[in-house]
Amino acid sequence: MECIRLEYDVDGENFASAGNASESVKRTLKQMGVSPESVRRVAIAMYEGEINMVIHAHGGRAEAEIYPDHIDIYLKDKGPGIADLELAMKAGWSTASENIRSLGFGAGMGLPNMKKYSDEMKVDSVVGVGTTVFLRIRF
Amino acid sequence: MKIGEVAKLLNAEVLCCEDRLDTEIHTACGSDMMSDVLAYVKDQSVLLTGLLNPQVVRTAEMMDMLCIVFVRGKRPEESVIELAREKGIVLLTTEKRLFVACGILYTHGLGG
Repeated sequence: MECIRLEYDVDGENFASAGNASESVKRTLKQMGVSPESVRRVAIAMYEGEINMVIHAHGGRAEAEIYPDHIDIYLKDKGPGIADLELAMKAGWSTASENIRSLGFGAGMGLPNMKKYSDEMKVDSVVGVGTTVFLRIRF
Repeated sequence: MKIGEVAKLLNAEVLCCEDRLDTEIHTACGSDMMSDVLAYVKDQSVLLTGLLNPQVVRTAEMMDMLCIVFVRGKRPEESVIELAREKGIVLLTTEKRLFVACGILYTHGLGG
C-alpha cells in the first residue's frame, strides 16, 4: 500500500525544539482531512515519545508512515535502554531527574499515555544499545 | 464565556493574539505538570499554569487548547510568546495564584 513517509531528527540537546516532529505530523494529518479526534491521539502519543527521546535518550530519529486509514510511527534512539519495561509501563513510575520534573515532565505518564492513545504499541529495548517504539493509530 | 472575560476576571494582561479574545471557551484545567495535562485532560480549552517553558505552548497545541494563563505574575520569554503567536494561542498573565485563578473562573461558570 502506498504511504506518505515523513522522517525527522529529534535533537536531544535542545529541549525547546522537542515536539517539532509531532507538530509537523499533526499539521500534515490535519491538511489531509483526518478527523480532529484521530489527529489529537496521534499528536499526543508521538509528542510523548519525542519528549521521552529528548529527556532520556539524547534524541534520535522519528519516522512516520501515513496510510489512508492509519499511521505507523517509529521512534528510534540510541539511549540507555529500558531495564524493566513492565515497570516503565506503570503509570507514575519514572526515572526522570528533579530537573526534568521542574520542566513539567517525568511524571511517569509517557509510555502509559502512548499506549492509551495508540491502537498498537511495541517497545524493543536493549540496555546500553537503545530503544525503538512502534505506534500504530487507526483513523 | 469568552477569553476576553477570562482576562477581565483575572485582571490579566494579554501577551499575544488579542484578536482572538472573542473566542468562546467552556472548560479549563490547572497544572504545572505537562505530563498530567497530556494524560488526563480531555476537551479543556484553557490551561492555567505556573510553568513558563516552550513545552507549555507545545502541550497546549497538541491538545488543541486555545488559551494559556500564566499565574503568580509570571511572564515567559519572548521566544515562547512568539511560538504561541505562531500557533494562534492566546497568552495571558495574571498576578493571581493558581488556586485562586482557577476558583474565580470556576465560580463564574467555567467547567473542569
